[in-house]
Amino acid sequence: MAPLLLRRPSLRRLGRALGVAAEAGDVIALLGALGAGKTHFAQAIARGAGVPPTIRVTSPTFAVVIEHSGRLPVHHADLYRLADADELAEIGLVERAADGLLLVEWADRLPGVLPRDVLWATLTPARPGERSLALTATGPRAEALRAVAAQWEAARRA
Amino acid sequence: MTFPTTRPLPPEDAPLTVLGIESSCDETAASVVRLDRTGPWVLSDVIATQVAEHAPYGGVVPEIAARAHLRVISPVVREAVASGGGWDAIDAVAVTAGPGLIGALLVGLQAGKAIALARGLPLVGVNHLVGHLLAPFTRVHGEAHVTPTFPFVALLASGGHTALYRCDDAATMRELGATRDDAAGEAFDKVAKMLGLGYPGGPVLDRLAERGDPAAVTFPQAMRGRSLEFSFSGLKTSVAQHLAKHGQPPTEQALCDLAAGVQRAIVETLVRKLLLAAQQEGIPRVVLGGGVAANRGLRARAAEACAQVGVTLVVPPTRVCTDNAAMIAYAGAVSLRSGRRDGATLDARATWPIEVALERSADTRSAVAPPAPVAPSAPVASWDEFRSTSTRPIVTVAVR
Repeated sequence: MAPLLLRRPSLRRLGRALGVAAEAGDVIALLGALGAGKTHFAQAIARGAGVPPTIRVTSPTFAVVIEHSGRLPVHHADLYRLADADELAEIGLVERAADGLLLVEWADRLPGVLPRDVLWATLTPARPGERSLALTATGPRAEALRAVAAQWEAARRA
Repeated sequence: MTFPTTRPLPPEDAPLTVLGIESSCDETAASVVRLDRTGPWVLSDVIATQVAEHAPYGGVVPEIAARAHLRVISPVVREAVASGGGWDAIDAVAVTAGPGLIGALLVGLQAGKAIALARGLPLVGVNHLVGHLLAPFTRVHGEAHVTPTFPFVALLASGGHTALYRCDDAATMRELGATRDDAAGEAFDKVAKMLGLGYPGGPVLDRLAERGDPAAVTFPQAMRGRSLEFSFSGLKTSVAQHLAKHGQPPTEQALCDLAAGVQRAIVETLVRKLLLAAQQEGIPRVVLGGGVAANRGLRARAAEACAQVGVTLVVPPTRVCTDNAAMIAYAGAVSLRSGRRDGATLDARATWPIEVALERSADTRSAVAPPAPVAPSAPVASWDEFRSTSTRPIVTVAVR
């Protein structure tokens, strides 16, 4: 699947579609430089997973992980400030998040700490106001989510 | 083994001396505050900062924070108590219970519980943000600073929080708006990281901005309307785009100009929303708080803008703005005087809106029988109960 070129509203709509399709145990890793739009995309996925608009889905950089209640629990994590995998183990992030959807920003900082089945979403700035979104699936659930994205993209192009 | 019953507080008209403990982020702090009729007086104020340890990571590293808190909590508490008049002078213990980093909070929380249990002192959990909002009232002998008068509108801006509050009295506070994404301090830190500057990013950018031209590079200010919400994540994107197009600033002056542009985008937004909040609430008094309140550019711009529209501005000294334990001791004293007590079940909370924290104290207050010169003490807490109800590791604290 080629990277998608998306403007802000489209990125938001795709995020919501992924959130709607998410099931407990799903893991989406969000990659991209500072300012690439990871938190923005995570916010949209959380909304799709039923986190009400009254709840602010703010940057988890400071708190490392913020749990929101939606249709299923949404664990929004950020590994930006963690130095090594032991620290992640101490937090028990992956175990804690098994009951819901886990969204992880900066997961590439600590490779190997996430479970096998992960949808890797890489955001890169493209033309002004546009983001390129590359999706890689490493397991059956991630593959299902990627299929949702492919379907969404096909419907958008139709 | 059962610990003795918690001691009652001194009578209402007598001074109340509280040991405050704060460990919600990267500072380990302890302070002794005596609240008497003339106000909350800071008897000791000890802070062990971890900024140097975090510098290599370009930010506060939470688990390093927890370990470092563990290492320094005992000496910090001991020092605060020793220079605050000794253990016999302490009437109660107040400890930050949230919001903050769970691992970091737990260190202070368990230390506070252990001290309270061992010495039979009343314990109260304090909301860190309520502490910040009450911080400007704390006073140090010999220090001249203006304390605010209720009601006022406060801007709290730090690395983890950015929000506006209406404060009607020490127990009535309401959030008016907050950031939708990044905190202001986080925006400073992340932009500083993009520019290859050190941590913390705020002071570095502030210093560079003083020598820069804010009009040389302009960045958009988000949420320009009447909303009291903030958004700083777009600023990172703008800076990233600027750097992608122009590369890293080639000269010292270009770096200063860029810093000034970033500083202006953040400061203008903060000041505009603060005055908008004051106007919407009809309160001509505003207070700055949080680590970002130490930013000289913010102080200067706020002073200028407030003077223009006839709003009184209180900018407390930096020791009051940044994380400290004196504010926790004082907020704890207020909370204890309203009848609130916590026990072994007090737990740390990563998120804890102030409305929820204050409601809880209001509930406790209404449950207290009115004629109570001596407030009722908490149920007897035994060590066994403490152990069985606490799901967290217990921190051992040396108690003299």
